[in-house]
Amino acid sequence: MIETLLWLVGYQLAGELISRTFSLPLPGPVLGMLLLFATLALRKSVPESMKQNVPRFLSHLSLLFIPAGAAVLAYRDLLAGFGWQLIVVLVLSTTLTLLLPGLLLKLLLARHRHQEGA
Amino acid sequence: MNTDAAMSVIRTSPLTGVFVTLLAYKLAVLFNRRCKGHPLSNPVLIGVLLLLAWLLATGTGYRDYMKGGVMVQMLLGPATVALAVPLYGNLSRLKRAAGPLAITIGFGGLVGIVSAVGVGWLLQLPQQVLLSLTTRAVTTPIAMSVSQGIGGIPELSAMFVILSGIFGAVIVKPLFGLLGLRDDMVLGTATGISAHGIGTARVFQLSETAGAFAGLAMGLNGVVTAILVPLLAPFLH
Repeated sequence: MIETLLWLVGYQLAGELISRTFSLPLPGPVLGMLLLFATLALRKSVPESMKQNVPRFLSHLSLLFIPAGAAVLAYRDLLAGFGWQLIVVLVLSTTLTLLLPGLLLKLLLARHRHQEGA
Repeated sequence: MNTDAAMSVIRTSPLTGVFVTLLAYKLAVLFNRRCKGHPLSNPVLIGVLLLLAWLLATGTGYRDYMKGGVMVQMLLGPATVALAVPLYGNLSRLKRAAGPLAITIGFGGLVGIVSAVGVGWLLQLPQQVLLSLTTRAVTTPIAMSVSQGIGGIPELSAMFVILSGIFGAVIVKPLFGLLGLRDDMVLGTATGISAHGIGTARVFQLSETAGAFAGLAMGLNGVVTAILVPLLAPFLH
């Protein structure tokens, strides 16, 4: 577990450092994910401790978003002001952004496979 | 006996925030299992509702709660980094589909911005709300910093991110089932683009492949959005 945390926190720190140094628009954790991915790809294997602990850690990803939900309480006046408009925006935009890229990827993959097969 | 003082310590202690968050999550997971994983019993949704109920019932303010809440939230950083592991597990699929994935995520980033701002504009929402809507589809830290940079309200942006993440996590499975989109890579990628981390947490329950591609799409859409929004924002001024 300690070894896993060293990897994860270490890569996040590296990500934060690079992000701040070069004023990148990407936050440290996302950069850390890309860096760790690159490292694993070069290393061609996942360290044993991460292989065991990461799936267990990620199975509780939902827990980590619960505190953010409490913000509804702090901004309820703002939200109540534009109630139904905001619901329409969020529902339509989220649905469209799920659907259109999903359909596009399905189409592209089908063509891609067809070309590879031909 | 000094019950009032004791109660006030309990209400404002960071430990209480941590405990209540863990308890809300545990109950939400049990409820989700009882409902056999029904999308509406989503653990983030139920967990947040339970937490809000507790905060309202005890009169605990947002700031007091967050003293403990941030300790749980802080783990989001390492968790995001950890998404590299399942992604690496899907390396061969990723390599084979790199082109289609890149095109899809670029396109998806644009859809995420334009759909939110476009609908909001049609409904005549004020300019500052429109600016705060540009980052609806990306993970909270990116959304807040990008929104701040273009003159939006970061906290409002974070709120939009969370609400649409929960909505996306609830509908993705029924929606894609209805349309016959059953490929885990397609499901995961679309979810990561539209519903960032909350959606990613959801599709991890469905399959590790879907979760891995959701994590990748979430990260890359963050990059796309962080680049596109500052370029598009002048049109809103």
